[in-house]
Amino acid sequence: MTGRRAFRWHIVVFLAPAVLVYTAIMIIPLFGTLNLSLFNLDATRERVFVGLENFRTLFGDPRWSHSFWNALANNAWFFVVHMLVQNPIGILLAALLSSPRLRMAAFYRTAIFIPTILSFVIVGFVWKLILSPIWGIAPGILDMVGLKALFAPWLGKEEYALTTLALVSVWQFVGIPMMLIYAAMLSIPDEVIEAAEMDGVTGWSQFWKIKLPLILPSIGIISILTFVGNFNAFDLIYVAQGALAGPNFATDILGTFLYRTFFGFQLQLGDPHMGATIASVMFLIILLGVCVYLFLVQTRLRRYQF
Amino acid sequence: MKSRLRLAILTSTLLAGAAHAQDVTLTIESWRNDDLTIWQQTIIPAFEAANPGIKVVFAPTAPAEYNAVLNSKLDAGSAGDLITCRPFDASLELYNKGHLADLSGLASMANFSDVAKSAWQTDDGSATFCVPMASVIHGFIYNADAFAELGIEVPTTEAEFFAALDKIKADGTYIPMAMGTNDQWEAATMGYNNIGPNYWKGEEGRKALIAGEQKLTDEPWVAPYRQLAKWKDYLGDGFEAQTYPDSQNLFTLGRAAIYPAGSWEISGFNTQAAFKMGAFPPPVAAAGDTCYISDHTDIALGMNAKSANADAAKTFLEWVGSPEFATLYANALPGFFSLNSTPVEMADPLAQEFVGWRAKCQSTIRSTYQILSRGTPNLENETWNASANVIRGTETPEDAAKRLQDGLASWYEPQK
Repeated sequence: MTGRRAFRWHIVVFLAPAVLVYTAIMIIPLFGTLNLSLFNLDATRERVFVGLENFRTLFGDPRWSHSFWNALANNAWFFVVHMLVQNPIGILLAALLSSPRLRMAAFYRTAIFIPTILSFVIVGFVWKLILSPIWGIAPGILDMVGLKALFAPWLGKEEYALTTLALVSVWQFVGIPMMLIYAAMLSIPDEVIEAAEMDGVTGWSQFWKIKLPLILPSIGIISILTFVGNFNAFDLIYVAQGALAGPNFATDILGTFLYRTFFGFQLQLGDPHMGATIASVMFLIILLGVCVYLFLVQTRLRRYQF
Repeated sequence: MKSRLRLAILTSTLLAGAAHAQDVTLTIESWRNDDLTIWQQTIIPAFEAANPGIKVVFAPTAPAEYNAVLNSKLDAGSAGDLITCRPFDASLELYNKGHLADLSGLASMANFSDVAKSAWQTDDGSATFCVPMASVIHGFIYNADAFAELGIEVPTTEAEFFAALDKIKADGTYIPMAMGTNDQWEAATMGYNNIGPNYWKGEEGRKALIAGEQKLTDEPWVAPYRQLAKWKDYLGDGFEAQTYPDSQNLFTLGRAAIYPAGSWEISGFNTQAAFKMGAFPPPVAAAGDTCYISDHTDIALGMNAKSANADAAKTFLEWVGSPEFATLYANALPGFFSLNSTPVEMADPLAQEFVGWRAKCQSTIRSTYQILSRGTPNLENETWNASANVIRGTETPEDAAKRLQDGLASWYEPQK
């Protein structure tokens, strides 16, 4: 019985499709991008190896670095809005939905989730219309409740545009944390809840002391999904504000900055090398964020086995 | 032996190609998706009737994506046979990369003046790589019914212009001017480069800027921003979030009195607006001053250097350079004015009004297009941003001009 076990071919065979497809469309382009960021054109327009020169331009040249830090700061704010608004609302909705006394839970669940499956183009366009100072219904609705003075052309004001778009994105994606938390809450066994009730832990304190600790791993996953999604975001800003991410670059995030640089815009010709440099930095930022999560947060989350 | 075989195969291929000549299909890449029906129903049938055996397909992309999409297609080798050319550097870059063929040898090139060809030539003028099609003229389109109702004369000087705006504003029935800053480019194209030539004296100032004899911080280049800053008070509520289609609709629905325009709007406005329209050129500082207009060489047609149907494509391009095409195009698309040396009769009164300015004003092209948008930061794109900022009042004209000058001087040798 100690003979070597036969090589388990079926593992290779079953893994192959996913590995091959993933390598072809994700891994190879990723390394291609990292590689491209180390090259640039010389005076004779030949492609030459320049080492980290492109990165020095990006961080050292005042114009490039100003655009980059502006995009990064905007992106960070975009993420903060999602963490502070989308995820707490998602948890709240999940808690309400899992309440046994709520009627028509299935309807609410579907209605709240539907925007998630809409295209960015539709969401961007619809919200632009809703908020339009000319044809929009937002000014009318505010007028009906006597708050017309609060209306501003939000998407056109430097100080509001980014937050407005972040909230539109929250509206679209709040269904995802809701669903994940909802699933986590449903998986809490009744015995645990009953035991808590026997000990007199009910209502809000039951939520804080029993349910929340049990759904923390899900919240961790949602946070990291939000982080990756936000730092890769592009579509909504592009659809609503165009590639120049107006007003005055107030809504410019890393995705739109990358697009403008890589593909060019109007008279600006595309620069694949600097574009790849920005893409590489984005990759490193996301990698760093995920590593922080995996090594500092994930390992400390206690898992409960039932 | 081997080479003879190869020759035989090549000959047979060519013969086979000739035998199937009726199957040649040319594809046109373009950003003019608004013109799809005109190409399909007017222009292409006229060509196909005269040239049996060549089929033409017009395949436009959205304007904002055109340059990026075209570059990717050309690099991948999947672009169409005929390429609609943006003016100046975007097309020059394509020619230098070998994507556009040299068309200097076309017989119909003789139908165009040097100025018309300048937007699609190498810097030394030795090669022309696109057949000029049309230019667009900037000015203001106004609601003639509204002007009559309020008793406003068409303004010719700046003082009259602002007096008219004040009167429309005081009356309150109409928004004085339909423009927004959400999309940014209108502020630069229909704002700065529309009114600017009167200040920098058209070609004189534009050439001096390229030569480095004038700076963007000089008075003629800052003054247009001062005027733009005054426009703010005459734009509609919430103009900061007003998009280009919003502005078009505001005007054609009759809610705004004046629209800072490019002549390409004419055909769209003719079908949309139910009221009488007129047009006036950018008002001058004092009565009797020479007026300058932006008569911008905007659109041309070139040939994909790697096209498999080069002969058919050249036949099409010869036709595009002919007076026949010029008449057809200018009348099908009033507002796109032919660059052909042969005068073209146009039926549309609004288009006639625009083109009539060529006789009394000096023509120039947009200041940022030739050479000055070659580097990073890109002067044209910066001008969008600066013009929108100035109109919104978040940057002073002087600060905006200084920022543009610093950006230009950072890479453009004559301005250092």
